[in-house]
Amino acid sequence: MNKIISKEHFSENVVKLVIHAPDIAKSRKPGHFVMVKLGKKGERIPLTIAGADTKAGTIDLVIQVVGVTSQKLTALNVGDEITDLAGPLGQATHIEKVGTVLAAGGGVGTAPLLPIVEGFKKAGNRVITVLAARNKDLLILEDQIRKYSDEVIIMTDDGSYGTKGLVTHGMEEVIKREKVDLAIVIGPAVMMKFAALTTKKFNIKTFASLNTIMVDGTGMCGACRITVGGKTKFVCVDGPEFDAHQVDFDQMLMRLSAYKEEEAVAYEKHMANL
Amino acid sequence: MDLKKFYKEQRAQEWRADIRKDIKTKERVSMTRTKMLEQDPLVRNHNGKEVNLGLTEKLAMEEARRCIDCPDPTCISGCPVNIYIPKFIKKIEIGDFLGAAQILKETNSLPAVCGRVCPQEKQCEANCFYTIKLGQPPVAIGFLERFAADYEQNSGKMAVPEIAESNGIKVAAVGSGPASLAWATDMARFGYDVTVFEALHEIGGVLKYGIPDFRLPNSVVDVEINNVKSMGVKFVTNFVVGRTASIEDLREQGFKAFFVASGAGLPRFMNIPGENFNGIFSSNEFLTRINLMGAAKEDYDTPVSLGKNIAVIGGGNTAMDSVRMAKRLGAERAMIVYRRTREEMPARLEEVHHAVEEEIEFLNLNNPVEYLADDKGRVTHMILQKMELGEPDDSGRRRPIPIEGSEYKIPVDVVVVAVGVSPNPLIPASVKGLKTTKWGTIVVNDDFQTSIEDIFAGGDIVRGGATVILAMGDGRDAATGMDEYIKNKIKK
Repeated sequence: MNKIISKEHFSENVVKLVIHAPDIAKSRKPGHFVMVKLGKKGERIPLTIAGADTKAGTIDLVIQVVGVTSQKLTALNVGDEITDLAGPLGQATHIEKVGTVLAAGGGVGTAPLLPIVEGFKKAGNRVITVLAARNKDLLILEDQIRKYSDEVIIMTDDGSYGTKGLVTHGMEEVIKREKVDLAIVIGPAVMMKFAALTTKKFNIKTFASLNTIMVDGTGMCGACRITVGGKTKFVCVDGPEFDAHQVDFDQMLMRLSAYKEEEAVAYEKHMANL
Repeated sequence: MDLKKFYKEQRAQEWRADIRKDIKTKERVSMTRTKMLEQDPLVRNHNGKEVNLGLTEKLAMEEARRCIDCPDPTCISGCPVNIYIPKFIKKIEIGDFLGAAQILKETNSLPAVCGRVCPQEKQCEANCFYTIKLGQPPVAIGFLERFAADYEQNSGKMAVPEIAESNGIKVAAVGSGPASLAWATDMARFGYDVTVFEALHEIGGVLKYGIPDFRLPNSVVDVEINNVKSMGVKFVTNFVVGRTASIEDLREQGFKAFFVASGAGLPRFMNIPGENFNGIFSSNEFLTRINLMGAAKEDYDTPVSLGKNIAVIGGGNTAMDSVRMAKRLGAERAMIVYRRTREEMPARLEEVHHAVEEEIEFLNLNNPVEYLADDKGRVTHMILQKMELGEPDDSGRRRPIPIEGSEYKIPVDVVVVAVGVSPNPLIPASVKGLKTTKWGTIVVNDDFQTSIEDIFAGGDIVRGGATVILAMGDGRDAATGMDEYIKNKIKK
């Protein structure tokens, strides 16, 4: 069950795993996520699905090392099995023909963005994608994104590739140039916060895909709750995509840091034991 | 057969008639009810071991003698799964403990669970001859049930219930909690090919993620689950029906009928300012992290926030489980904050009593109105408002009314919100045409059949939030209903 078919290093800390999971591959849609757990004593973490091959019965997960579980996941090799894998969960992206779609991916957020970009392109939209990363090495999936985008704008913090600057600069460039009907942003919470502020200035409907802390991932625990439009929502069952202009990103950032200290201690201990 | 006639015939059997002759009723009713052996409160509130230690063989046989083997066993009417109570108790009286366990398992697939978590004081024991006719403490039916079930578990001679010849018909359950386990046992017994799908990585539902080990050890649950497995029931974990595959997909795979027992999924919050600060959990999250994910154990990866001052909001069994867990995990001040008084608490008396013994603090007639946090968003204080009781409301309990201007602030490191749950929307949302109430529970008829003929449902997804035993009763009734449905369908 859940055997790893292939593994690709995008960078030192970012890995793509192709996993044999035929049921999930068959039923997943862009925007869905899975819950992953390693070993008897592992924790459950959510990962947004980056792609699937229904014929081969596989799904793609792109993982960046941020803590113990992600480190363990990226250390797995071809032939290894993921102990527990459940999904697809969450609401799928609502894909339809709207005109021009501006997609923005930050860091590993580009991975879950890929099937959404593909979906909007295939639905007949003009798709412009802005990819942003700290530097050239951390930029992922550029070729695949190009395949489904009419135009790709690359932004790096240090200017090592594309244009030097933040994702918001690339987005503004497009918005000032042409009419954008819908924006999709996926990346670190702080990136999504500023991307949302940018599109809000121009009154462009925007969705953000949120990756919060979850335990069960099926609506049972409420660990993933955030405030959207003044109301508490569960990312696992109500999301993971929400109207980015309604999301309280500051609260989300605060909630993401709930176990920051514990995680840092656990990670240090884990790495020392390797 | 007519049940009354059946009970009468059974009671007339020689072995039972002999027991009744052995000791006069007058002598039986003069004995006093046995007490459960328990860990010392101030020791147990620092360990995770089971609070109740069970009865010894001697104590169990003595307690069994108190049962007068009534001609009209009213106790059974209080049992949602109709355990043949006098018969199993008389088996204990003669020392045939395995025989007693077998009788339990004729109608109850999880006797070791029910002997621990059923509210017997509201069910069988409330309908005991002692309670209704003598006004005396009832026969300790719950203690005896647990005794017989534990005896069997420890004997290593678990009896597998008799199974009818396989009919090869595939049926499936959604969720693996108490309702499904009871349903699966009966369906297997009727000869069906039974599969239980579970979304989580562990089987058992609320018995695993919800109820803590000090009240119901996971090892006890596992023995019962293994017994269900030994009847041929298949379990598939990490399978979210409605997501991994739809009911329609499963129909195509040959499943002829479904039992939806997906439980009460969504935790309720109070929607008061600051409720999303870090350190504030739903009881589901707090208990799941600890019970299912091992968060309090050193070598498990899942973390949980703990601290000196832990407040639990609510007065139900889940609130008691949470607060007693908090105490065990080192809280100096583990508090229940409840807006009414002890009288109105929905928790079992035994749980409240145990909590008091364990030095849990009760802030009754108090309600949180706001949470305060430090600059990192971690909760530090809660503002409580005092309440008083007014006229009875729809639930028959006196309505709590806030006392204006009574607000005060107390320090808290962790808050657990245990004010109830709403039904899990996953299944209702994924099955077209499935009729639900405005609260999101699934509508069923007397046979627990939903608006879609091959889908049955039971437990909290129908009731909205009840007990283990009511869920099990639903599972059994749904199995009977489903068996009828399938038989009629085949005839046509």
